Amino acid sequence: MEQKEGQLLDVGLELLAAGQDLARKLEVDVCGVLLGDGVERLTSQVFEAGADKVYLIDDPVLKNYRTETYMKAVGDLVRKYKPEIFLYGATSNGKDLASAVATDVLCGLTADTTLMDVDIDKRLFEASRPAFGGNIMATILCKKHRPQMATVRPKVIRRLLAEPGRTGEVIEEKVSMREEDLKTKVIEIVKNTKKAVNLEEAEIIVAAGKGIKDAKGFAMAAELAEAMNATLGASRDVVEAGLCGHERQVGQTGATVTPKVYVAIGISGAIQHLVGMQNAELIVAINSDKDAPIFQAAHYGICADAFTVVPMLTKAFREA
Amino acid sequence: MHILVCIKQVPDTKIIKVNPKTNTLDRSSAPAILNPYDAHAVEEAVRLREVHGGKVTVLSMGPPQARKAIRKCVEIGADEGILISDRRFAGADTLATSYALYKAVEKIQKTDGVDLILCGKHAIDGDTGQTGPGVARRLGIPPLTCVIQVDQVDVENRTVRVHRKVEEGYEVISSTLPSLLTVEKEINHVSWAPLPNMLRAARYEPSVWTVDDLEDVDIKQLGLKGSPTIVGKMWPPEKSKGAQMIEGDAETQVTEVLKIFMKERDLFKSAGQKQN
Ligand SMILES: Cc1cc2nc3c(=O)[nH]c(=O)nc-3n(C[C@H](O)[C@H](O)[C@H](O)COP(=O)(O)OP(=O)(O)OC[C@H]3O[C@@H](n4cnc5c(N)ncnc54)[C@H](O)[C@@H]3O)c2cc1C
Ligand SMILES: Cc1cc2nc3c(=O)[nH]c(=O)nc-3n(C[C@H](O)[C@H](O)[C@H](O)COP(=O)(O)OP(=O)(O)OC[C@H]3O[C@@H](n4cnc5c(N)ncnc54)[C@H](O)[C@@H]3O)c2cc1C
Repeated sequence: MEQKEGQLLDVGLELLAAGQDLARKLEVDVCGVLLGDGVERLTSQVFEAGADKVYLIDDPVLKNYRTETYMKAVGDLVRKYKPEIFLYGATSNGKDLASAVATDVLCGLTADTTLMDVDIDKRLFEASRPAFGGNIMATILCKKHRPQMATVRPKVIRRLLAEPGRTGEVIEEKVSMREEDLKTKVIEIVKNTKKAVNLEEAEIIVAAGKGIKDAKGFAMAAELAEAMNATLGASRDVVEAGLCGHERQVGQTGATVTPKVYVAIGISGAIQHLVGMQNAELIVAINSDKDAPIFQAAHYGICADAFTVVPMLTKAFREA
Repeated sequence: MHILVCIKQVPDTKIIKVNPKTNTLDRSSAPAILNPYDAHAVEEAVRLREVHGGKVTVLSMGPPQARKAIRKCVEIGADEGILISDRRFAGADTLATSYALYKAVEKIQKTDGVDLILCGKHAIDGDTGQTGPGVARRLGIPPLTCVIQVDQVDVENRTVRVHRKVEEGYEVISSTLPSLLTVEKEINHVSWAPLPNMLRAARYEPSVWTVDDLEDVDIKQLGLKGSPTIVGKMWPPEKSKGAQMIEGDAETQVTEVLKIFMKERDLFKSAGQKQN
């Protein structure tokens, strides 16, 4: 359960959802592993998100992530409690930690898993992942070694709805590391100064393409974004036409976004645009050309004149 | 200062094709190149050598053809290259790869102490990013992953300070030498090779070691035998079926799409409502 500054990351909650599915098939418990300084209060949230047990190590030496300390703490847990399957979020720190722990306990590790299943009879974890730059999917198996470990990409699993009041057993462990014996020090954490537009974190995006033509059309898209409580994005051609700043550009040379909802208005769907948004959960495209490539990437398509349907949608959302 | 860079030869995944019959990759469809991240690692090592003096050695595990990738590193400015190549290394997953590289690093360390080891963030074929931290663990030194800047190397006091990219920005981390860094592309621009480097590279022959050249090797930890993971089935990722088109006049279309939004309401519900 990766946390930063006492806040659980979403990916841990997603892992619990995946873990519940696997654990139900194998008839075992799902356990959360929570490390940090002053993180005990997060246990209730871990239970509510689906854990049956929580392994907790609360120690000042674990305040910020360091491979050195976290590897030791997690490696010791693995040796002591011998889980069958161990999942980590495929974040910068999660991948770093998992690689170090797998080498420490000498077991296999599947990277960047996006699909998971289990062979119940053999109790074999089947973790599938993209490789070769996304050209192929491969199922990785680990027949002899335990635990079977994997890092799992954020945002590929939908987390469970929190069950308020759900609780379980907390198993507390200690570490015996002293700051002065450690080789690595975190000197400072520098956060990106909040950008005026944060497309990467937006959960709903309405994006305007060249099909909106001019400033008036752009304003029309902006109104829909406002009505939907969405962040406004754009294709490169719209940025180049001077209708908005580059900070709104989605695509290869702009932002890579993974919102829950992406509404593309008058965007043709060039590959350089698609690579920036194709992982959105729900893509709706509005385009007057029924053969526009954006319809290949979208889940739902509306072949229509944007200038007719967009104002109608805006009105409907305002009234909703 | 002696800097060691681990490099891998990879097929160019931008061009590689999947054989539709066997669902495997047609490696002959793509040229073998130096892993792009490793080019940045070599460049960084060369820049550090320019400031601190010393030597840059590259190390690769792979088939005999991987000598070509090592020559590419010499072009960028590496001084020496070592290829460990042996049938017994073949089929290695990241655990077995890190073991083989570790054994080679141990041997290099004996004659030429190593101060810093650089790796790429990941190799574009296997794409795991696990090898670097694995080698560091085996050597018992700290890995610093996702490095975007080497801030300072203090050879005398044996410390290094780097910027490490994380989701919310970057961390400034210091560590003792020797350390192992894995680098991101942002760390530098790989400059054009000067002519003398190109001439030297063209003629360069890296040292080639087999398993027998390494010491105290546990053969069971190498190659396929030493790999806990195996690649089961492979298949090309699903091509999108294309959008479900919402037909009818504008009014019907708007009503229908609203229904879809209503059905997927939970997508909206947890939305953080960050409006801007
Ligand atoms: C190296 C490189 C990097 C690039 N990076 C990016 C990037 O990061 N992001 C990006 O977006 N692009 C990028 N591009 C550009 C990309 O190739 C396309 O040119 C661009 O995305 C097209 O923008 P568009 O879809 O808005 O415009 P167009 O391709 O002009 O499409 C306009 C669409 O609007 C539709 N339309 C017209 N009128 C209406 C109407 N009344 N109602 C509804 N629909 C209508 C048309 O049918 C058409 O499909 C890059 C290109 C290169 C070469
Ligand atoms: C489809 C497919 C899926 C795979 N999935 C997994 C998996 O999930 N888990 C797993 O353990 N293995 C997996 N493997 C095996 C893995 O690709 C090999 O172990 C490979 O030797 C190293 O891993 P990598 O390519 O991911 O390199 P990475 O770990 O991504 O490489 C990072 C850095 O390590 C250094 N490095 C890597 N390899 C070498 C080398 N041979 N010589 C010198 N330096 C090197 C380079 O500096 C490189 O930039 C998979 C292989 C295939 C074909």
